[in-house]
Amino acid sequence: MSGVRVLVGTRKGAFVLTSDGKRTNWDVSGPHFGGWEIYHVKGSPVDPNRIYASQSSSWFGQVVQRSSDGGKTWEPVGNKFEYDGVPGTHQWYDGTQHPWEFKRVWHLEPSLTDADTVYAGAEDAALFKSLDGGQTWQELSGLRGHGSGSRWAPGAGGMCLHTILLDPANHARMFIAISAAGAFRTSDAGKTWEPINKGLRSQHIPDPTAEVGHCVHRIAMHPSRPDVLFMQKHWDVMRSDDGGDSWKEVSGNLPTDFGFVIDVNANKPDTIYVVPIKSDSEHYPPDGRLRVYRSRMGGNEWEALGNGLPQKDCYVNVLRDAMAVDSLDRCGVYFGTTGGQVYASADEGDNWAPIVRDLPPVVSVEVQTFT
Amino acid sequence: MELPAHLRTLAGVGVEVAVNVEAPVTVRSVLDALEAGYPALRGTIRDYGTEQRRPFLRFFVCEQDWSHERPDAPLPAAVASGAEPFMIVGAISGG
Repeated sequence: MSGVRVLVGTRKGAFVLTSDGKRTNWDVSGPHFGGWEIYHVKGSPVDPNRIYASQSSSWFGQVVQRSSDGGKTWEPVGNKFEYDGVPGTHQWYDGTQHPWEFKRVWHLEPSLTDADTVYAGAEDAALFKSLDGGQTWQELSGLRGHGSGSRWAPGAGGMCLHTILLDPANHARMFIAISAAGAFRTSDAGKTWEPINKGLRSQHIPDPTAEVGHCVHRIAMHPSRPDVLFMQKHWDVMRSDDGGDSWKEVSGNLPTDFGFVIDVNANKPDTIYVVPIKSDSEHYPPDGRLRVYRSRMGGNEWEALGNGLPQKDCYVNVLRDAMAVDSLDRCGVYFGTTGGQVYASADEGDNWAPIVRDLPPVVSVEVQTFT
Repeated sequence: MELPAHLRTLAGVGVEVAVNVEAPVTVRSVLDALEAGYPALRGTIRDYGTEQRRPFLRFFVCEQDWSHERPDAPLPAAVASGAEPFMIVGAISGG
């Protein structure tokens, strides 16, 4: 029997939401790790029972949890994230240089081929890799050592590596994104990296078309077309058709092109979703109406989807890791809000309903599909 | 020892934790013993590299704030004997 498992990270714990393929009745499990910030929870595509969670707090630092039974039980694994060599410095808010300091793991990306291999995106920005199920971590320091690191700067949320995309067609190729440095690509499994920001324009940096310094909020890819990338930047929704070599804007008729999330329909590689947010100084939907926007053309032409979503007095945000899709037919779309709601659509976004309404602020949403 | 609630959950222990420490009994040797017995606590009380106390935690001993003492300073005899607890306390802050 088909079904889905939605993995939700919040400011005060993790929650596991499960349903059959109809996606109308839900079982809610949690909070797991109650009271801790859970930046991300994600399952292995190789072994769905293997799930990794990033648990952190200002008091006690970073913990990584691992489940081998689909989230029923958990065990803490390795939390020693040490930068390779002398960490060096990056640009600080006041323009001075500031030492790299590990703060937390924003994103965990399990390997497409091995359940014990997992990547971690950290703040201050760096990429770590574990080959033993999270017990030990090694930095892929070629990224931080690319040479532009001294020009990277933190966004308001910190200097975080928040997006990790693995190319299913070429296991040596990965894409990552950092706020506020931009997007980077490796073609040799993480040894060397190059910035892929040509075509981005950011008015909040001295040179709007600089090689690095862009506040990329999220990148998404459909596994069948790894050369086509979609990006929600601080402002602007962008698209690349050449694996990141160049980008063009596809914001089109969006009411505002500021936002955090972007995702791709699992069954239709040209159908993409964003949640427009009013502005960088007002992090809530325009007009108090929560609407997902869908493009069936891979951008430029967008339609508003609000059936079942609050259409007045709604002032929540949807953070960058808080949208995901399942791969059932029709594709399910899920997102969580800073108001603690997790909304689901079982029909590609046409209609929405809350799975839960009153969780702590939602930081991340991931989905596992069972067929 | 007494740990904050979140660390008790993480380590799977109750309010009090007993650790065996060979003399001299110091902050460093107590924490070394605690982390050896409960590896999940590594990195949550002090940094891996510097071994510095995490800034939102304090060490209380015999009604004194021991947070700023040298890590190798001998703890009071009452703590070394187990008569008094070595308390790790989380700052009261946050939402």
